[in-house]
Amino acid sequence: MDFVASLDDVGVSLGGHPVLRGITLTVAPGDVVGISGANGSGKTTLIRTLATLQRPDKGVGSILGADIEANDLVDVRKRIGLIGHTPALVPELSLRENLTHIARLAGINEDRIGPALDVVGLDEVGSRRAEAASFGMKRRIEVAHLLLRKPQLLLLDEAVSGLDSSATELIDALVENTIDRGGAAVMVSHDRDYLNANCRRTMRLATGHLEVTT
Amino acid sequence: MSFWSQAWEIARVDLSVERRVGETMRVVLPFAVVSLIVFPVALGLQVSFVAQIGPAVFWALGVLFGMQVALRQSAADSPERRDLQALVGVDPAARFVGRTISGVVLTFAFLIALFIAMVVLYGPSLPSASVPALLLSSSLFAVGLTELGTLAGEVTTGLRNRNALASLIVAPLALPLVIGASQTLEALVRDESILPWVLLMTASGLALAVAGVALARPLEEAAR
Repeated sequence: MDFVASLDDVGVSLGGHPVLRGITLTVAPGDVVGISGANGSGKTTLIRTLATLQRPDKGVGSILGADIEANDLVDVRKRIGLIGHTPALVPELSLRENLTHIARLAGINEDRIGPALDVVGLDEVGSRRAEAASFGMKRRIEVAHLLLRKPQLLLLDEAVSGLDSSATELIDALVENTIDRGGAAVMVSHDRDYLNANCRRTMRLATGHLEVTT
Repeated sequence: MSFWSQAWEIARVDLSVERRVGETMRVVLPFAVVSLIVFPVALGLQVSFVAQIGPAVFWALGVLFGMQVALRQSAADSPERRDLQALVGVDPAARFVGRTISGVVLTFAFLIALFIAMVVLYGPSLPSASVPALLLSSSLFAVGLTELGTLAGEVTTGLRNRNALASLIVAPLALPLVIGASQTLEALVRDESILPWVLLMTASGLALAVAGVALARPLEEAAR
């Protein structure tokens, strides 16, 4: 079976301190994996490792068919979508300009920007500067950009924290959209109830070790 | 998206941000002009002496404040933005080129404004050929200094005290540019050829461009 992501005995250290130890995880197409854990348990490091943005110190793995240690991961990264703790927007640009900027860098047709803003409910406030927009609005822009990019591996790092119910529904729809296209999603959160309600299986990360819970 | 399209898009956004924030022309430039005023006051306001040192002070301030333009905060990507750029397929070399393009535009505009202020405040006697020579040397100086600043910014990305560390890297490596730029004007005053100094700055700019493009991806990956 071709896994979307697989890690085998992976360890990651940051600043000389081990953060992840012996992580073994497989994510199949259609999977929605939830990983809970306390603050500092290594959730963000695990998500960054799956996104190929953090290289492991030990172990082996593959993401979307590419060796996680490969030198050229450009094409693989284009198929990964990440919503992290902090929205990655340019504060001085408007919400629409931010989406346009990301779309241009990604080579996405700009005709799709307007409909994407409409879907996430920002068509009327698109001219607001990102620095003056609420956290929820910035999250919606990230959802819009992922709707445009259509990633095969969707990674969500505390993506619904601080969001209202309609914004949370957009994230849920994004996960469904990814699964419908044959992709997979991994979400980390300290909110176990949300993970249990929205994931097909859940795990717990404690002091760098991964434990299966359901 | 092609390499050049990405580079232009990064330069376009950098310049849009600068137009709104005004870090170069509304913060760095006024401080540089104030520094221009301080020098004659500190040196005793002797008109002939002040006129004589004007071009040298201009290049000294040009490199010091030009570094601030090259390392401006508005052109520094947050870790989240760098991650996003990696995931949408931005070539780190295209980012280097784009950032250099925007930096050159701003540094060149800064140098021209500073030169005009220096002429008004110091009243140096410059030969008529100095205007095209100044434009040429300022362009080459802006290119080299921006490439150096962008490269130093990449090396120090994510480090605490990034700006101080980057300045420490840029200052000594900018010496060929400072020497080339200042000697171009000196050569004109002495009625000598400016070619050796233009070639020095051109060679520095080309070497830095090659280094910046070649090292962009290894530096990006080394930080992961």
